[in-house]
This record gives sequence, structure tokens and C-alpha cells, in this order.
Amino acid sequence: MTSMILVFCELKDGQIRKPSLEALSEGRRLADAAGKQLGALFAGASCSGSAEAAKYGADVILTAEGPALTSYSSDVFAAVLADAVKSKGATVLLAAATAVGKDVAPRAAARLGAGYASDVTGLSMVDGKLQAVRPVYAGKAFATTSFASGVQVATTRPNVFPAAEKAAAGTTETLAVPASDFKSVVKEILAKASGKVDLSEANVIVSGGRGMKDGANFKILEELADALGGVVGASRAAVDAGWGLPHSMQVGQTGKVVSPTLYIACGISGAIQHIAGMSGSKFIVAINKDPEAPIFKLADYGIVGDLFEVVPELTKAAKTMGIGTN
Amino acid sequence: MKILVALKQVPDTETKIKVAADGRSLDPADVKWITSPYDEYALEEAIRIKEGKGAEVVALSVGGDSVKEVLKNALALGADTAVLLKGDGQGDAFAVAQMIAAYAKDKGFDLILCGNKGLGGDNAAMGPMLAELMGIGQANVVVKLELGEGTFKAEREIEGGTEIVEGALPAVITAQKGLNEPRYASLKGIMAAKKKTIEEVEATPATTGAQISALALPPERPAGRKLEGDAAAQAQALLQALKDEAKVF
Repeated sequence: MTSMILVFCELKDGQIRKPSLEALSEGRRLADAAGKQLGALFAGASCSGSAEAAKYGADVILTAEGPALTSYSSDVFAAVLADAVKSKGATVLLAAATAVGKDVAPRAAARLGAGYASDVTGLSMVDGKLQAVRPVYAGKAFATTSFASGVQVATTRPNVFPAAEKAAAGTTETLAVPASDFKSVVKEILAKASGKVDLSEANVIVSGGRGMKDGANFKILEELADALGGVVGASRAAVDAGWGLPHSMQVGQTGKVVSPTLYIACGISGAIQHIAGMSGSKFIVAINKDPEAPIFKLADYGIVGDLFEVVPELTKAAKTMGIGTN
Repeated sequence: MKILVALKQVPDTETKIKVAADGRSLDPADVKWITSPYDEYALEEAIRIKEGKGAEVVALSVGGDSVKEVLKNALALGADTAVLLKGDGQGDAFAVAQMIAAYAKDKGFDLILCGNKGLGGDNAAMGPMLAELMGIGQANVVVKLELGEGTFKAEREIEGGTEIVEGALPAVITAQKGLNEPRYASLKGIMAAKKKTIEEVEATPATTGAQISALALPPERPAGRKLEGDAAAQAQALLQALKDEAKVF
């Protein structure tokens, strides 16, 4: 049996989530490099939509379906993942570093007695073993991680690995659902009203800091984000200022770590705490009145000026140029 | 009710990272060590449960003598007892989880609290690994916790919102910013902590799951470009550059 690289994929409304497609594509690349098979693993009450994995290179699509998997449970899902690894003789288990991925993958790793690398930004196969590169110390360093265990588990940071279509056989197999006493289970999801993508998956982020002066002023950032097809974030200073901004908006070491293609920092000085959360952005734009603000050292493009003048001009220009209609 | 709070000592956020001569670890010179901020939310939650419904709070940390600072601070804040598990607390999350599980297994803890990740290593793995090794439930990245009779109800952060996780105690809960507002140690607490002793226990040997084979600083970002002109001109120039040079759009 050719050993397998297994990727746990999440479905949402019958579609494979984008971070999972990215993990799957990276799995395909590793499988090709190491001469292994790629398996896509799904679990839930229904796995309809899983066939899509064949387009992204899955040789085998494994589904664990049943009422026991209607609600997400870390212990039951960890058992599904670990059982699949064992039954397929997989040596690598990948998942996206999402809320679910970061909850279940380390638990599955412990169940398998395997090493785990979280939120990785680079993967390679060296002498048949997985090697992971991941940011540590708030992005101030990168650690190359190697595994001591036979099975190797890692989660991939969203927005870092490109999702690439590559057709494969996509043979389907059904897995047995483990019996479980549900040590903990998700009872309810309290989603925010906005249907916008989460910061951790956003391609464009317009973020505001202390220079925004008030929470109500974030409206101009919303307008720019809408024009560019992005979402709005905030620095810790802005969230802690008592302007009524929720912690879920916070980008930084004690908030969200983001990796968008474009990050526009408005009125953000660039404290280490904030840089920790956004230094993985592909392009950084800084708009700040203070030419000495540390954020300019990081920015690809800097605008020294009043954000209350510049941001509306950007919105206007984006609309006239027909940008960001994606 | 008996609560275990697992605390990690980490380099301060502002620490300038230098790579040691071995090329795979942090140069400890000039590093200021602190309790991982997420662990402070975990400890605060334990103390609040103690104040609210009564509980015995045991603070635990894995490491060498330097880690006693973390434990002294926990005692000053209100932990009843402190345990130094002598072993490598800076290494692999799987190894640390095994050491803590081996210690905690037969101690009758109803609840285990820790940060959702240790600042620095950022693996976010120790909590769920500990839960699995102990065969108990978990809720990660928790911003609200309610305890019932042998049960818990936790609200945890997910993409675009939160979700409610329910389960039986004992369980591992990992704390996120927003769970509470950690207090500062009072003079009275600091004085009382001086009288308390830290129990030292040799950690059970653990297997390593993963290790760092190289540590490197990120490549410098090339110098950026300042855009000229008034606001309208800067806006125009920026979008043009993002379109033509960066090809963002």
C-alpha cells in the first residue's frame, strides 16, 4: 500500500471551505513530491459536496457520515481523524488552521501519539518526512519543525497556500463512525449578523487604530473595504479604547493573525503587538499623519497624511477605477 | 471543586528575538520572562470560580527554577498551592501535555484551565492534547465560561462569531482574551505568597512529538515607497501601484 497524505476538509453549506481547499492543494503538492496518495477526509451528518475534492487532487475521498456527527465534537471528530489515519496507514495528516482545525488536529495528534505543528506557512518532504516552517515569537522568527513521530500532523495557515485545481480519481470510501459518549459538543453557533468573510480568511483588510479617534469613524473604513471587496479590522489600541469595537475585530498577538493579500493600516502606529498579527500580509499600506510611525518601516506603500482625507479619496478612486469588484 | 491552572513562562512580547549559536533556539540573553498573557486569563477565571462558589486552585508550571517566578505570582494572585513540574516546559507541546497529564491523572481535578496558546511558541496545542491524554472534554479559545453540576457551558471564538460548547467535567478549558479582566496582585497577596511553598515534582519522562530543527529571523521587508501629492493624488497613485506593480487587483 502506498502510504497516504490525509487532509481533513471542512464543509460549509455543502461546499468545501477555502482554507480546506488550500490544505488539500498543499497535500497534493506534497503527495506528488513524495510519491504518495492523497486522501480527503470529511465528517458530518452529511458529506454532500465532498466530491469536489477530486478537482483539487484527492485520489481517495473518505467520508464519515451519521447523526453522531451532526454537531461538531472535538473528541468524536478527533477519533474519526485518528481512525482514518490508522486504517489508511497515513503518515501525514493535514487540516486548515481554522477554529475547528486548531481544535481537533492537536487532539487527534495526541490520540495518535504524533507530533503536531500549528498554523504552518511552509511544508516540505525531506527524506520522506514532513518538515514544517511556522512563525514563532509573534512572527519575529520562523521555526523549522521536524517530527520525531511516525505520523506527522500539521495545520496550514489560511491564505498562505494557493488553492490549485488538479483533477484526480476521487474514488469514494465510507468510514465507520466511532461510538462516543460526547465528552463535549457544540450546541449552538452564534454567528455575527454580517455575512462577510472572517478576518483570518479575508483577501483585503482595511484596519483602523487609535488614529480613528472614535468607533463611529470606522464607517469610512467600511466604505473603503466594501469598495475593495474586503473586511475591516482594528488594532488593540482601538479595541481597548472603549469605542464599542468587538474583540473579534482585533488583529494582533492577542487578536487574530491574518495573512491577506492587501492590508491597509489606517491610523495605526505599528506596535509590536499589532505587527505580530499582520506581518504575514503580502502587501502592506500604511496611512498615518506621523511620518516616524514604525508601521512605515513595514509598509510597501506609505501615505503620510490625514486618513480622514485619504480614506474617502481611496474609496472614490476605487469606485471610479472599478477596482475590487471581486 | 478542584481546579488546575497550567501556566507557561514565555519571553515578554517586546523581547527582541535573537537566535542562539545552536541555530535552533532563542538566545536567552536579555530576555525578560513573563507569564503567558492567555494563562493570566485562565488563572483569573480559576480565582473567580473560587471566590464565587468555592474551589481549591492549584497552579502548575513545567520547567526549571526560573519558572518559580510564575508560580509565586500565581500564589500572590490567589492560587492555593503551586507545583513546579521539573522538566522541559519550553519544548514540544506533546511532551508538556504528557508530563501534565501524568501528574494530574489521579489528583481528582474537576477543571483544568490554561491559555489558548503560549505566547511565543503559538502552537495552541497543549490544551487539546492534555484533554485527549486525560480522556476528557475540551473547549478552546473560550471567552465565556459557566459551570453547572458536573457540567460546563463555554462560549468559544470561531470564524465570524462564537459557538457554545457543552460538556461534562472534568474538562480542559483554554482561555482567550475577553474571558475576564485579570487583576493585579495585592500587597497582602504578595506577602501571603511568601509564606507558601512551591511543591517540586520530577516530571514523568515524555516522548517528543516534534522539535525545532532551525530558528531563523524573517527576511527584511524591502524598503517601501512613500506616495506624494495631496490626498486625491496619493489615493490615485496607491491604487494604480497596487494594480500595476503589486497586481493586487
